[in-house]
Amino acid sequence: MLYTIVKQNSYQDSVNLMLLTNKISTMEDINKVQIMMGTPANKDILKAAGLYTDELEGAASNDMCIVVDTDSEEKIQEVLDETDNYLNNQAISAGKEAFETVRSWDKATNALPGANLAIISTPGQYAAEEAEKAIDRDMHVLIFSDNVTVEDERRIKEKAHEKGLLVMGPDCGTAVVSGVPLAFANVMKTGKIGVIGASGTGIQEVTTEIDRLGAGVSHAIGTGGRDLNDKIGAITMLDGIKALAQHSQTEVITLISKPPAKEVRDEVVQLLQSISKPVVAIFLGEEPHNHEGNVYYANTLEETAAIAVDLVKGNPIKSNYNTLQGEVPAVNLKPEQKTIKGLYSGGTLGYEAATLISRGLNYDNTGEHEEGYLLNANGFEVIDLGDDIYTQGKPHPMIDPDTRIQYFQKAAQDESTAIILFDLVLGYGSHEDMAGALIPGIEKIQKETKAKGKEIYFVATVCGTDQDPQGIDEQKAKLEKAGVILRDSNNQAVLTSLAMLDIQIEEVQKEVVATKETATAEITVSEAIQKLLTEKPNVVNVGLKKFTEAITANGGRVVQYDWRPVAGGNPRMRQVLSVLR
Amino acid sequence: MYGQYKTIDEANRAVIDKVVSSAPFLVDVVPAKSVIQELNGKVLLHAGPPIKWENMTSPMQGSCVGATLFEGWASNADDAFKMLENGEIEFIPCHHVNAVGPMGGITSGSMPVLVVENRDGGNKAYCTMNEGIGAVLRFGAYSEDVINRLGWFRDVLGPVISKALKVKGDGLNVNVAMAKAITMGDEFHQRNIAGSLIFLKDIVPYILQTDADEKDKQDVIQFLADTDQFFLNIAMATTKAVMDTAREIQHGTVVTAMCRNGHEFGIRIAGMGDQWFTAPVNTPQGLFFTGYDQDMACPDMGDSAITETFGVGGFAMIAAPGVTRFVGAGGMDDAVTTSNDMMEICIDHNPNFSIPTWDFKGSTLGIDARKVVETGIEPIINTGIAHREAGVGQIGAGTVRAPIACFEKAIDAYAVKLGLIDPQ
Repeated sequence: MLYTIVKQNSYQDSVNLMLLTNKISTMEDINKVQIMMGTPANKDILKAAGLYTDELEGAASNDMCIVVDTDSEEKIQEVLDETDNYLNNQAISAGKEAFETVRSWDKATNALPGANLAIISTPGQYAAEEAEKAIDRDMHVLIFSDNVTVEDERRIKEKAHEKGLLVMGPDCGTAVVSGVPLAFANVMKTGKIGVIGASGTGIQEVTTEIDRLGAGVSHAIGTGGRDLNDKIGAITMLDGIKALAQHSQTEVITLISKPPAKEVRDEVVQLLQSISKPVVAIFLGEEPHNHEGNVYYANTLEETAAIAVDLVKGNPIKSNYNTLQGEVPAVNLKPEQKTIKGLYSGGTLGYEAATLISRGLNYDNTGEHEEGYLLNANGFEVIDLGDDIYTQGKPHPMIDPDTRIQYFQKAAQDESTAIILFDLVLGYGSHEDMAGALIPGIEKIQKETKAKGKEIYFVATVCGTDQDPQGIDEQKAKLEKAGVILRDSNNQAVLTSLAMLDIQIEEVQKEVVATKETATAEITVSEAIQKLLTEKPNVVNVGLKKFTEAITANGGRVVQYDWRPVAGGNPRMRQVLSVLR
Repeated sequence: MYGQYKTIDEANRAVIDKVVSSAPFLVDVVPAKSVIQELNGKVLLHAGPPIKWENMTSPMQGSCVGATLFEGWASNADDAFKMLENGEIEFIPCHHVNAVGPMGGITSGSMPVLVVENRDGGNKAYCTMNEGIGAVLRFGAYSEDVINRLGWFRDVLGPVISKALKVKGDGLNVNVAMAKAITMGDEFHQRNIAGSLIFLKDIVPYILQTDADEKDKQDVIQFLADTDQFFLNIAMATTKAVMDTAREIQHGTVVTAMCRNGHEFGIRIAGMGDQWFTAPVNTPQGLFFTGYDQDMACPDMGDSAITETFGVGGFAMIAAPGVTRFVGAGGMDDAVTTSNDMMEICIDHNPNFSIPTWDFKGSTLGIDARKVVETGIEPIINTGIAHREAGVGQIGAGTVRAPIACFEKAIDAYAVKLGLIDPQ
């Protein structure tokens, strides 16, 4: 039977109406349909098609005429709804790969309807607010920003946990989700080792080392440095471990953290021991003596990666992976040249260097440090040049070479300096050619010290992979050509430096000891977190635009949110807006 | 708190639903004083929020002189100036009497006005007819040619179109014309060629059926054929009629009017009814005709920003590739960016005006004053640029931004009115 609907004064272009007709005709139980403006010519077409009805008589040229041939009258409402829906949503999804740029959350979610992860890199004071907006929209969050209060962090993480969402950060510098590098991150092979860490360069060192050893990473989840603080209680760490425990492609879990608060540590370790997968854990600065059950404790980042790779390859686990490898370069030093100056861009790498050097010196480095130092003992110094006090008004040393060169020079002027030890961190976000940028400074120092009739040695490690945009081989070749002694890991760079000064570290041999029987925990993981770990993320990038590059280059989808403070930061207007919600 | 609406968003939705359901028809052209009672005295309408003579720009003052001469209240320009300076002539904003006026917006009782009826709301809005380019009243010219043209409007153009519309009977459906024209590259502020053509096509058959003098018919058709921007004033009266219906809902934060008087920019929002929120106007930036430059540009004037309020004009930049360069935008990419940016401060798309060059998305719908303040994105307005001295006329075209302070004041006042915050 024929049904006719005339929508008066509802003009649409004929092309639109043909497309609409095609769409409606694919609906079930529709025998025939034609949608046209009621012009005399169109009425003739309807007559020829056998779709003319008396109701069309009164239709004018500006009226939209819908004629439907169907056996079931209830279909009509469906046709009308579909028509309205079509006319209201005529946007064509062009399917372009290039990302859209927006200025608000609403537009961001319109532009990328499946968005499930937000990267927040706004100034710290606004980060909590933006993170909450993301959580309200059911997105996981990576908070790159620092200077978020502990109270805010706890509130955000609790809220996210309630909703089954994950908050990485604050101050989360790196993460890799389903092969997509986020923020400052390396590109690596996808594999079976799941990494979760409370430290940015700790994750970068372990994952790039895993890649170098021929294995791959399923995910690298950053928790932010304070997650294992007793005020936060490892909310992200616990959810992340559970997620990796349940993720079928992840066979080995690797955990990286500074030593947590006692009760937090107990809770984390209890969870680790209750899962069926092997775990490698490093609590930086601790010196573990045993492995416990399925949990293997590592002493260095290098060892962490090595154990994980042996586990995933099914190799037996050695009792120690920290022995010095490679030859110790011969040195020609003046008697007063006795010290190492570690000048790091990666905080955790510097922290590890400070720990290892202290061990070599039998120095108790656990006390308070002079601000900006990770170690300052008998002329041995390790400095994290990425620390806030060195980056006030200056770019981070991973991006800008100037601060590092300046501290190289300062170190070279110290008569006791024998070795300048440093790191070079590659990956998205970092300087495109840091080796090339540092070399002029290094060569100048080499020339000046030679003129004084002595040598200063540069020892370094490059943290990166051959898939990183900078290319690790190219960066290494440049440094080697400039006479820099390179080692594959930070541990080896430190051990080599110490050995050049004839200092050795006594390594403990670790054995596996059984643990008390732990009941296997009931692990539940929210659907949202499962989805995050099984699909390439759809990202809303709030703030630093350069983070989009890594995502689009690795198969993720992203919409750029050019963030500005709400109401330009005007407090009265912020208040007005908040009451007018 | 928001009347029958639970939330501001709901109230805003109700306002924009009125915009979508509008049914504006061009029904007549009549002497202004026959429909605007206030114009029966020595009264002139002007563009923008209320303004005093001494604050008017030179072009607006020139327009006042022209209107004073046209009405015969003075016999020469000097006398007209004196009358105006002495306060012998009262000024009323067009917006206060259901009207809108381009540039200076000066409208006097004998000028014919287009009458657009919104059949959804039953209200009417009025606007003078477009005079074409060159020396014209709206840019402050008051030479004999200008006054003579106004006389021809009064005696010939207005009556002939009025007769033609009477032959047509039920008025011309403006939404239909606009829906067609927006797919033909018009954005209804800077570019109205397609709309003007459609109007010409629609009206000529009826003009030919009138009993008007053959020469007059010929002259009227020729004038319409020559006047690319004729449809602008129809679009202005239309969008005014539509926004006036919408603002019967006196809740929420949708912007219901934006206008400029060369001194101040004024906006209204639904929740604050008739109240104006003003801030000093900006000066348009753009491209200039040979011999003119930015320094000669007059500060922003005109009620034509009612088109942007409605969601066309600068907001529909992407619909009008032909003018993107002319108005200073870099090209299609900039045009897309402009429209996308404007979408950030709007609530939805208007399904009545699907834009092919914008992936068939509808024109923007409903500026939310909250979003303007929140994002700091100031509405963009496509505009002609007047010379800062009266009578020179249009010297270029470009864009100008609505100052954010208007929007801040409006939402602040609304929050205070609702008792949600103490006055500052």
